[in-house]
Amino acid sequence: MKVEITVNGESTGADVEPRQLLAHYLRENVGLKATNIGCDTTSCGACTVLLDGHAVKSCTVLSVQADQQAVTTMEGLDGAAEGRPEHPVTAAFRAEHGLQCGFCTPGMVMAAVSLIEHDDDLDERKIREGLEGNLCRCTGYHNIVRAVLVAAGKDPDAEQRAEAESDALRTAPGFSRGESAEEARA
Amino acid sequence: MSILGTRVVRNEDPVFLTRGATYTDDLTEERLTGALHLTLVRSPLAHATITSIDTSAALDAPGVVAVVTGADLDISPALLFPGANKAMTRPFLATDRVRFVGEPVAAVLTEELYQGEDAAELVDVEYDPLDVVIDPLAAVRDETLLFPEAGTNTAAAYGYDEEPDAAFFDGCEVVVTRDLVNQRLAAAPLETRAASAYWDGDKLTVYMSNQNAQGGRDEVAGWLSLDKDKVRVVLPDVGGGFGAKIGSDPEFAIVAWLAKQQGRPVRWNESRSENMTGMVQGRAQRQTVTIGGTRQGRITHYRLDVVQDLGAYPRLGTFLPMFTRMMAPGTYDIAHVDSRAKAVVTNTTSVAAYRGAGRPEATAAIERAVDLFAAEIGMDPGEVRKINVVSPDKFPFTTKGGVEYDSGEYARAIDLAMEKAGYADLRAEQKARRERGDARQLGIGVSSYVEITGGGAFVEDASVEVHPDGSVTVLTGTSPHGQGHATAWAMLASEQLGVPMEKITVKHGDTDLIPRGSGTMGSRSLQTGGIAVHNASTELADLAKQRAADLLEASVEDLEIDPLNAAVVVKGVPDRSVTLADLAAREELKAEHTFDAKKPTFPFGSHVCVVEVDTESGKVTVEKIVAVDDAGPILNPLLCEGQRHGGIAQGIAQALLEEVIYDEEGQPLTGTFADYGIPSAAELPSFDLVEMTTPTPINPMGYKGIGEAGTIGSTPATQSAVIDALSHLGVTHIDMPLTPMRVWEAIQEASK
Amino acid sequence: MIPLAFDYARPDSLDDAIALLAEKGEDASVLAGGHSLIPVMKVRLGAPEFLIDIGRLAELSYIRVEGDELAVGAATKHREIVDSAEVAAEVPLLGAVARTVGDPQIRARGTLGGTVAHADPAADLPAALLALDAVVVLQGPRGKRSVPIGEFYTGVFTTVREPDELIVEIRIPRCGDKGWAYEKFTRRSNDWAIVAVAVSDDRIGLVNMGSTALRASATEQALAGGKSIAEAAALAAEGAEPPADTHGSVAYRTHLVQVLTRRALETARGQG
Repeated sequence: MKVEITVNGESTGADVEPRQLLAHYLRENVGLKATNIGCDTTSCGACTVLLDGHAVKSCTVLSVQADQQAVTTMEGLDGAAEGRPEHPVTAAFRAEHGLQCGFCTPGMVMAAVSLIEHDDDLDERKIREGLEGNLCRCTGYHNIVRAVLVAAGKDPDAEQRAEAESDALRTAPGFSRGESAEEARA
Repeated sequence: MSILGTRVVRNEDPVFLTRGATYTDDLTEERLTGALHLTLVRSPLAHATITSIDTSAALDAPGVVAVVTGADLDISPALLFPGANKAMTRPFLATDRVRFVGEPVAAVLTEELYQGEDAAELVDVEYDPLDVVIDPLAAVRDETLLFPEAGTNTAAAYGYDEEPDAAFFDGCEVVVTRDLVNQRLAAAPLETRAASAYWDGDKLTVYMSNQNAQGGRDEVAGWLSLDKDKVRVVLPDVGGGFGAKIGSDPEFAIVAWLAKQQGRPVRWNESRSENMTGMVQGRAQRQTVTIGGTRQGRITHYRLDVVQDLGAYPRLGTFLPMFTRMMAPGTYDIAHVDSRAKAVVTNTTSVAAYRGAGRPEATAAIERAVDLFAAEIGMDPGEVRKINVVSPDKFPFTTKGGVEYDSGEYARAIDLAMEKAGYADLRAEQKARRERGDARQLGIGVSSYVEITGGGAFVEDASVEVHPDGSVTVLTGTSPHGQGHATAWAMLASEQLGVPMEKITVKHGDTDLIPRGSGTMGSRSLQTGGIAVHNASTELADLAKQRAADLLEASVEDLEIDPLNAAVVVKGVPDRSVTLADLAAREELKAEHTFDAKKPTFPFGSHVCVVEVDTESGKVTVEKIVAVDDAGPILNPLLCEGQRHGGIAQGIAQALLEEVIYDEEGQPLTGTFADYGIPSAAELPSFDLVEMTTPTPINPMGYKGIGEAGTIGSTPATQSAVIDALSHLGVTHIDMPLTPMRVWEAIQEASK
Repeated sequence: MIPLAFDYARPDSLDDAIALLAEKGEDASVLAGGHSLIPVMKVRLGAPEFLIDIGRLAELSYIRVEGDELAVGAATKHREIVDSAEVAAEVPLLGAVARTVGDPQIRARGTLGGTVAHADPAADLPAALLALDAVVVLQGPRGKRSVPIGEFYTGVFTTVREPDELIVEIRIPRCGDKGWAYEKFTRRSNDWAIVAVAVSDDRIGLVNMGSTALRASATEQALAGGKSIAEAAALAAEGAEPPADTHGSVAYRTHLVQVLTRRALETARGQG
């Protein structure tokens, strides 16, 4: 099947099998290798890209589903074409050492870009929950969270202190999210 | 001003954050053009004889170039760990018997990636199931044998030369004993295993995702009966290893063999599902601890018995119980220590190194034992630790584990951690919650640890060369996969040569360029490879001064490196100088250094973990973790903290979340990331790091290793915290991982 | 891992989609967001020969108030439900539960109709829809029909939907001032629920306590009969047949559902 997908602002197209995963289209047809595949189960988020402005896992999207739509990968962020991490998120990842082996990084960066784009008042807890779909095995997330705070215009030291001292966390279920009327309305 | 000890951002990152790193599967090397894609057919059964393999349907499938079975493969089965029982060799493709779910049985080569999976499903393998042994304690009994020709499941045994002394604990006022599980974990680097290979005549080139190019080369050469100089191993960027990418995997040899057979390059990149059964796993020890001492809190006797689960084929896991025995007494000055270990095969994935590799197991055991001892005599766990740790005046301290601890201030580390955590306030809060009978109880866990880094491979090479354009190339035998050597080694060279960071390129992981090297594992890199770079850089600076002495008509003693201009300058006479670039233009300006550390170092620290336990549901929330990790002076705090953060997260994950589980038939129940509990950001807090600096006398910079410390300290602190939260309910022990169900069950059990 | 090969079509209208579904019959699967279907196909536990993509049909993507009900188009994404002011005002439980589905990337693709159709007893939204007394609107060659959600599920991954029918809409009574809560228990944030409990006023939906989403009928009756929350919640597992897996035994789930039901009821009644 023929697909036409705008990738990082450029129109691309190919004749692909309907079963082709968008991640493979980006890697093999377009030749953009930043987007990685880390699992089979939509769990790790290494393949995260923006599809029409929202973070999605490109290993669970068919290329044909993205036909006539726009995809952004890490290679499409500010400065990337020149090899300079100048987007607020990539710059902050470097400054805060938010990456080690780099494998989760392109997906983590794109998840963070989407998170910041859709919430203009992030704090540590919101960032941690907002990145729940992206696994990193190297950093323990400490510096990733800092980087996203910085990219969101927050003071990471103050935010981490506030989170540590927060009573809300003391009673919140840490390994899931109970929802109450009060919390959701707040 | 020195660059050492400063927070230099990474040289790696501009590429990693723009076009992305280049992992093995990303390679677009021309020599790999037209590569065939390898898909492996793997055993769905844990233990069975193979009665037939029919490849005909697969051969007819679209795009299939070849289907290869063990009968076609002329590589002899290999003993994957030299010290193991010699009968326990692994065939590269199973021929008559499979011993774990995921064992490769056939290899399918296709033109296109997507064709491989389709064709692999058509390979028809018939199996005759055999009895399965999963539990290592059952495997010890040799009732079901994996290798009948070996006559036993025991691949190695340590400390069994003498019968255990039945009177060992006689005279102790208090003796406590407990069986412990140090559960099996998956290293689960985000990049799975991958390899590509091509041949140039009789010269083989293999790209692989690995932690040690040279070791990988030696293994591939050995398996394929090639001379080492006929094999080139190149490591592209590596997406995490955590010990599981030490050395070649059998699959790499299959890739190389097939490339030869087909006369075409071959690529292989496993799926996560394959990775979760095919890649080596870690920990997997059953332990029995027995601890004895006085009612006043003095620990005098400790015994550790270990059964190491090796999985189906003995690999590096065979060695790890030796580390566990070596580090058995931990930070404590215990007069009588006794240990033994047995390593047995089971119908599961092979066990090798995972972050800490033998030391977290030792630490978890002694720390649990000390907690049990403290609970038995009713003493504060922090206090018991401080009474019993090796005092600073005793270093170097030869332990009853048989090793020499280089330097340490163990009690101070505990004090620092407890103080930072606000220990007294936490105990008051805990008391208040207990008195109120809150559903959500507070627990505080304290760990004290010492570990061994740079153990085993003490030697590392470095070469540092200044080029006529002023740039510098550093060659190293270490093999980073996230640790940031391209930055750290450049800092060491920059410090000595005055060359700016951006002009220094660190190269690693290419055996033609760097024939010798021991890679990155066991937290060895800085204290071996880093020191080699430091020494080579120092020697290069000396060489430059000697060369400049003639040009500048000055004696060497009057010359110094100008740190702002990468030049040799006459002291006090700034305009009498010559740049290193100019010197390099006249004559090759290069120094090579082989550093032999001769000994390992022993980083140490203390972690305090604070958890909240919902006693109604069993849910555990980590509220706080304070980590004192002393690895001597810090080259780059940014990188060092990153290592600690990652280690802490993995350590908490062992305590609370992660476990590789098999059912009784040997089927993995945690074969995907949906089932295996790697934490996300949402399950973890930010971490409180506390600095402490005790140099080692082993090397000129005082550096120790930091790569695994976080993992070693955080696991027992977290486990201890959860049990502490429930101690007033009568809970004395819960095995890891402390899942909500296990915690709830422990509360139910204690209330009976 | 990649799916077995299949053919694919993306009809331009609902009518075309229904006609195509009628033509292809049981060989076809309906693809909306694909976040239940594609994972199943990747591990090859499902291998439809034909996919009919309704994910971009604008006529199936809407949230609107219609009389006493909120009508949600089947292809409406979880993210859109989370962000919807109408949902927050009229059926706040729905938005709160949708926010716990998977992770942000999954919520950006997954749809309400998709999760309802997939019939996974561990899914969040079917139990919430039970508590909300929702109606599933199906459309096929024989026209439209409405099925109360309580009659929709027949077993694990099975429903009363005919192979030639599409789920086109979910209708939910507006909640007014009814108290509500969702207590979801997982080990990791984006895991499937070990157990979860959705409460809307006096109706209780349970996640992962049987082969389908189900109501805690004994608890509901006890509350109606004037029992205390604690007494009623203790009956939450009655009639349930929870699964056992690595995360929870039958005994643990049986216990957990009582704790979560009590907490959800307390929250819903403002006592939490």
